Parts: sequence; structure tokens; C-alpha cells
Amino acid sequence: MNLTLRVWRQSGPSDKGRMVTYKVEDVSPDMSFLEMLDVLNEKLILEGDDPIAFDHDCREGICGMCGMVINGVAHGEQRATTTCQLHMRHFEDGAEITIEPWRAAPFPVVKDLVVDRSAFDRIIQAGGFVSVPAGSAPDAHSVPVRKEDADSAFDAATCIGCGACVAACPNGSASLFTAAKITHLSLLPQGQPERLSRAKAMVDQMDAEGFGGCTNTGECTAVCPKGIPLDTIAQMNSDYLKANAK
Amino acid sequence: MKYTEGPEIRDTKAPEGPIEERWEKRKFGAKLVNPANKRKLNVIVVGTGLAGGSAAATLGELGYNVKSFCYQDSPRRAHSIAAQGGINAAKNYRGDGDSIYRLFYDTVKGGDFRARESNVYRLAQVSVNIIDQAVAQGVPFAREYGGLLDTRSFGGAQVSRTFYARGQTGQQLLLGAYQALERQVAAGTVEMHTRHEMLDLIVSDGRARGVIVRDMVTGEIERHLADAVVLATGGYGNVFFLSTNAKGCNTTAIWRAHERGAYFANPCYTQIHPTCIPVSGEYQSKLTLMSESLRNDGRVWVPLRKNDERAPGDIPEDERDYYLERIYPSFGNLVPRDIASRAAKNVCDEGRGVGPGGLGVYLDFRDAINRLGRDAVEKKYGNLFEMYERITGENPYDVPMRIYPAVHYTMGGLWVDYDLQSTIPGLFVIGEANFSDHGANRLGASALMQGLADGYFVLPTTIGDYLANGPYGDVDEEAVAEAEIKVRNKIDRLLSVNGTRTPDSFHRELGKLMWDYCGMERTEESLRKALERIPELREEFWQNVKVSGTAEELNQVLEKAGRVADFFDLAELMCLDALVRTESCGGHFRAESQDADGEALRDDENFAHVSAWEHSTDGPVLHKEALEYEYVKMTQRSYK
Ligand SMILES: Cc1cc2nc3c(=O)[nH]c(=O)nc-3n(C[C@H](O)[C@H](O)[C@H](O)COP(=O)(O)OP(=O)(O)OC[C@H]3O[C@@H](n4cnc5c(N)ncnc54)[C@H](O)[C@@H]3O)c2cc1C
Ligand code: SF4
Ligand code: FES
Repeated sequence: MNLTLRVWRQSGPSDKGRMVTYKVEDVSPDMSFLEMLDVLNEKLILEGDDPIAFDHDCREGICGMCGMVINGVAHGEQRATTTCQLHMRHFEDGAEITIEPWRAAPFPVVKDLVVDRSAFDRIIQAGGFVSVPAGSAPDAHSVPVRKEDADSAFDAATCIGCGACVAACPNGSASLFTAAKITHLSLLPQGQPERLSRAKAMVDQMDAEGFGGCTNTGECTAVCPKGIPLDTIAQMNSDYLKANAK
Repeated sequence: MKYTEGPEIRDTKAPEGPIEERWEKRKFGAKLVNPANKRKLNVIVVGTGLAGGSAAATLGELGYNVKSFCYQDSPRRAHSIAAQGGINAAKNYRGDGDSIYRLFYDTVKGGDFRARESNVYRLAQVSVNIIDQAVAQGVPFAREYGGLLDTRSFGGAQVSRTFYARGQTGQQLLLGAYQALERQVAAGTVEMHTRHEMLDLIVSDGRARGVIVRDMVTGEIERHLADAVVLATGGYGNVFFLSTNAKGCNTTAIWRAHERGAYFANPCYTQIHPTCIPVSGEYQSKLTLMSESLRNDGRVWVPLRKNDERAPGDIPEDERDYYLERIYPSFGNLVPRDIASRAAKNVCDEGRGVGPGGLGVYLDFRDAINRLGRDAVEKKYGNLFEMYERITGENPYDVPMRIYPAVHYTMGGLWVDYDLQSTIPGLFVIGEANFSDHGANRLGASALMQGLADGYFVLPTTIGDYLANGPYGDVDEEAVAEAEIKVRNKIDRLLSVNGTRTPDSFHRELGKLMWDYCGMERTEESLRKALERIPELREEFWQNVKVSGTAEELNQVLEKAGRVADFFDLAELMCLDALVRTESCGGHFRAESQDADGEALRDDENFAHVSAWEHSTDGPVLHKEALEYEYVKMTQRSYK
């Protein structure tokens, strides 16, 4: 298939950036979206142009490194799919595709489609852990966990930290990411002692990073490749309120 | 390629005495560092996967001053995140006869008697603590209705000792380690440097004292000094270009350390994973693993007839060859990876492979669906089936999956002693980057175990023994400057070639060569060919590669080119190592060395040793470390 790409090019944080149009030919429907970009980049290198910078690593939908806005949708229109797992068979021959980076103030563009998501790490630093030193843990069977709780905790824990939720949110909120993390630990007995202080610290950090507030538009879950549900946000808010009431 | 033989390695620092007591003995013998001194001791940990993440977190928590580096934008994205199937531990929660001894026994045997007994025993001992540690961190392992942890059996094992978190065990374990790491960052004991690539090791007065890194955003070359350096930079399977590894996985850190004096052990041991999605085209950038747990319920087969073009559903039962069940009746579809991989290759070589190019075999869930019901199968494997469909466009509930072996894991790596210290004092190597615990073949669910054992439990003890003699004083300024200049020169050289081929095109060609000549099957002839061809290709690379952009910006082409350059040198050593080892063992199958049934034929008389290669300008020097088996009798492996 043959495609026309409109790609956001920005040489660095201080560059204004602009859309540039490229033609790609002989795209196989079995290619992943990133492989299609690889093919274009090979051509650009040989022509002496700067290839398009984009983040990726595992190419298996699990590391959370890839991410771009494709035709206005974070990770593209296919549901519950990371960009690296999106395949060209979902596009029509001759299509025009617009590709942009995540856009949110706390995610500054580094180059082209690469953005800086280190704000997420700082939210974790604020309290997204259980304080347990290595070597002092009790036998794993000493704390049983109901299967239902373990399963729900797992569902929340599958967040890959890609940032699509932020990119999709009209307020630039990081609520879905933060809520997924808080929910994971608050559903397990191990997470109880620090439950409220954790929720408070992480939400406060999220605000401090400049992420917007949540107004329940639900755009985040619609693009989330791991299907993190909106009710994690309710869980987060409830823990946060309790923490502040204390 | 010429090589010479150097003196044997005699001391691995493993304590003597009964194997159950060795680790206790070593721990007791290790010097302790006074808590007030820990703050004055600096440690660099390169890599934030399971090994590096857990090590940096633990060292920070112990009170050392830690600097941690990774090339991704967040430590949470290290390649460990992709591990699917699970992690072994000798908990015997099932009461099915498992024990530390049995895990030890299975691992030594599974490694085809090319791993060290002392190390493996310790690994099995520590495995128990890993699960406790992970659970305490909130890792959501699968559970039974009674609230206790669930386990499953995994390739090569007859007991149910594998703990798992759906198909995403690596992710959950890594998040546990990452969270522990970020806790230390917040506490100020660990300083995290993301998007930084280590490009050289600083050795001063014979000791590892720091690293030269490139800030991948600004291009700045930085020097970081410490009292000890830990490399946890993962495996080098990407030398084959196509592999199940993340795209960024590379050999650069360990290769540069090798050039500075660290021995490289058993480079030729590559694990080929039997259940990957077959290659679909020339543009393909990587291969995707389908978890081996699928072999618990899926049955592997090919048509009995050659070039059978019928759809799988049209091939009647008596015209199918369930070859693993036929050849290995007691293990069937659960034979270890090296055996399953080669069996698949053999049936495809016979012309009975399926799918495009005949490079594939069926992994069929029809019987499991009939037996357990579609729902039960979906519950167990749903996400894997979905992943398969996403990539291939075929629905595995209706048609059997097609799978083919692919490069997955490298058992070779920098040589380390029992303390996980390399031949450069002060340089410790953990996780997939070292060679130590797996022998010639790694069993499923044991890499995660090793990474975390090294990082949480082993290294934090053994490095203390080294650091107790620190701080190590000033670093030789000349050594630092020399390393920095070397790095700059390499970058300048790459940028100045300005040829007509991209780094990726060289990498693809090198990878194909390695797969064809040093892949699932090697012969003297193929290896000699590779050793002839690699230097030619490397020469062409340095004459004709095209690296666009500059050094002072985010430049992904430059990053790639640097990694490919190191892969060339590594590839050569891999082929040499494979050539010298004229036996078959585990993932190393020399066609000249097989028995009448076509099974790998080991030669214990001549090759019961680790091959540890020293870098030298006159060509590599081979040092042998003899392997002794006091507890597990060396026998030919049989899974029949
Ligand atoms: C698809 C897949 C599935 C797997 N499933 C299983 C399984 O079920 N069970 C199991 O036991 N094993 C499994 N494995 C193997 C296992 O995941 C790996 O062997 C293990 O995670 C390696 O961990 P590590 O910490 O040594 O290295 P990695 O996780 O690879 O981490 C390497 C780190 O080093 C950093 N790094 C590398 N080079 C540099 C450099 N030059 N400068 C700076 N930083 C650098 C990277 O940024 C990264 O942080 C699987 C592997 C794959 C590919
Ligand atoms: S919540 Fe979903 S979209 Fe947001 S970071 Fe996690 S996985 Fe990505
Ligand atoms: S590259 Fe890892 S999720 Fe896409």
C-alpha cells in the first residue's frame, strides 16, 4: 500500500515545530506502525535527511515507551492497542495519516515525537511503593489475598506508564495513571499501612507537576492500551479525601 | 582468527564444604561495612532491569551512595518488563516433591552440565526469598481462591514451581523493583540518570572506578566516578538482529568492559526459544515470543507428508505428526527449549514446515479447547492469543498458531566469580550480562530468578566485602581522559564516514549471517565462513556506513551505529568460541557432534569447562575454568 504521512517535526525543545509531509510506498499490511516508520527513516537517512525520532523499545506492547498521536487519537484508533502493536492492515491504501507527539505541558517535546515523561517517575517517587527493605519479608503465604482482590489489583497494575491518558485528556490530567498505581496497592493487604499517605502524596505530586484536574470526560480510558477502568479514579479520589480529612 | 591459550582459572572464590553451607559460609566470611562509612562509598549501577533495579534499590537502602543509569526514558521500561511466563522458586507450596535440591538438580542438568554447582545451588536457595520479597512489595502474583499463591509448571520441569502474574510476570516483578528504586531516589540514596548510555569503563590502578556515558538528549559526554561499578545491562541476543529482545538491547557496556580487561565467558551459548511467531517479511524489526506456558496445553505438530499444502483443519489425525510427543514420550510438548527448538528445525528442514517459506510448525489448542472449554483456555491464555492475532491477523481459537524458534537469551556474558566480580577488581556483573548460572542452556522462568537473586540478595552481600576496603582514593586523571577521548573518537569516526548504507542494513546483514552460520546449528565450515565474512562486513561498515545528524543532539542513528559496531566485534568472538568448542551442549549444537538419534553429543572429557576469553591486541586469549560436578552426576541429558 501507499500512504501519505503528515508528521510533526521539531528539532528540539526550543524549536517551534511544524508538520512535514512524506510519501511512503510499498507498505506491507503485515508491518507494524513502527516498522512502517522504520522504512521511511531508512530512506530519509540515505537521502541525508534527519530521520523521525520516536521512542520505542520492546515493540510488544509492554514497556510503555512508544506512543504517538495518530489521526488525532493517542496510539491510534484501534482500541486497547499500543502504537507498536498497531498494524498497517488497519489502514486503507492511499490513506493520509497524521502523526504527532503526546501534547501536554508536563510532557515537553524532546525531539519530533519523543517527549519527556519523567513526571511519571516523580509521581511514583512521591509514594508509589510499599516500604519494604530487601531481605526482611515474611513468607509469602503468611498473608493470603482474596483472589478477587488479587485479580483487581492486577488489572490496575497492568498500566504501562505510556502517558496516552494524559495526551488524550482535554485537561492534560494524569489521573488515570496515578489512580491505576494507587488502586493496585490499595487493593492489597501489603499496601494498607501507607494507603492514605500514599494517595495524598501522589495526587499532590501530580498537581505539582502541572497535570490538570479530572472532569470525568473518560477520554483517558478510551485510549488506554491496557483498559485501565475509570473507577480507579473514583478509588483514588476517595482515598485522597479520606487522607485529607484525617 | 588466531587465538592463544592462557593459564587456567583456578579460583572462583566459592567456599568449600557441603554445598548447602557454602553461601552461609561466604556471607559470614564477607567483611561488613560500618554504616557510617557506607554514605562515603559510591557505587555505579548501569542498567535498571530486574538485576540492576533490584541491586540499586538494595544498595541504596543499605546506605551506599548509588548512581543508576539506563538508556530508556524511565527505569521501569528495561527489557525485563517483557518477560511473560514466570519465575521459579523452590517453595514446594504444592507439596509435589519440589525442594531446593530438586531445583538445583534440574537447573544443573537443564544447563547441560556447563553451569557451576555452587552458584546454582545458591540460586535455588535464594529463590525462596525472592517470592517473599516480591509479594511484600505488592507484586500481584496469581492466586488460588483460598488466597494463596498459584503456581504452574513450565518448560523442562515436572513440578509446579513457577510463580506468575498472568502473562506479564516480568512487568510486575520489574515494577516492584522499580518502585523500590524510586523509593530510594526519593530518599536521596540513589541518583537516577535516564536516557544515558554507558560507552566506556574507567579503570584506574587496575580497578573499575567509573564510567563514561553519553547524555542521549544533549549528546554531552560525562564522566562518573565511584568505588565500584556494577553492570546489569542485559543480554546481547540482538547481535542476530531478529530476536525476542527489545530493540535497544545491546552489548556495548559489557563489550567495552571486555576491551578493558574483563573476560568474556561462553559467548557462543545462545538460547533459541521454540515458540515465537515466525518471520513474515524483510522489513521485520523483531520477533515476538509466545509464552512457553502455551506448551502446557497446546500440542505441537506438522503434517506427516512433505509440502502438504492443505489447511490445518483438513489434515486428518493420522496424517499429523505430533513429533515432540512421538520422540520424547515422557516430556512430550514440555521438553526444554534447546530440544524443542532443534526438533522444529529438523521437521522444517525435512520439508514438513508450515506457513510461508515452510518455516513454522503448528501449536494447536483444538484438543485443549475440547477438553477444557473455550472459556477456560481464554482465561489462561487470552492475552497471548490476542497478541498473536494482532500480529498475524489469524485467530488461534479457530486455526492453530504457527510458531518457529527465535533467538531469545544469551547464556554467555562477562565472566564472574562466586562473588559476581569480573576479572577487573571492583567491576561486578549481574543478571543476563554475566555468564554464571545457566550453563549451555537456560530453563524457562530461571532468568528472572537469577536477575533478582543477584540484585536483591547476592551482590549486596558480596560487594560489601569489596567496599569494606574502600573508599579507594583518587582516580587517575589520565585514565579518565583516555577513556573519554576514546569515546569521542569513536563517535567522530562514525559521523565522518558518510557512506551509503544505514546502520540497520549492516545490522540486518550481520544478524542473518549469525543466524545462518552460528545459529541453531553450527558446523566447522559455517563458523569458518562467518569468521571470514564478519571482518569483511565490519570493514565495509567502517568505510560505508551513513550516520546522519550530529553528536550534540538526540540522535538515534548514532546510537544504533555505535551498538552495531560493537556487535561486529562480539559476533566474531562468538563464532570463534563456537568453533573451538567441538562438542554439542545445550544451545550450542555442533552438527559434527551428535549421536545416532541426532541428539546433541557432549564431550565431557574435553569440554567440561567455561571458556573465558581475554581481550588482547594480539588476538583473544582463552582461559579455561574447569567445571566439577560433586553432587549432580554428569549424565547425558535425556527427555525420552
Ligand atoms: C519476550 C521475553 C520473555 C521472557 N520471559 C521470561 C520468563 O517468563 N521467565 C524468565 O525467567 N525469563 C524470561 N525472559 C528473560 C528475562 O526477561 C531476561 O533475561 C531478564 O529480564 C534480563 O534482566 P536483566 O536485568 O539482566 O537485563 P535487562 O532487563 O535487559 O536490563 C538491561 C538494562 O540495562 C540498560 N542498559 C543496557 N545497555 C546499557 C548501556 N550501554 N548504558 C546504559 N544502560 C544500558 C537498559 O537500559 C536496561 O535498564 C524473557 C525474555 C524475553 C525477551
Ligand atoms: S493508564 Fe493507560 S494510558 Fe495511562 S499511562 Fe497507564 S497504560 Fe498508559
Ligand atoms: S515499544 Fe514497548 S510498548 Fe510499544
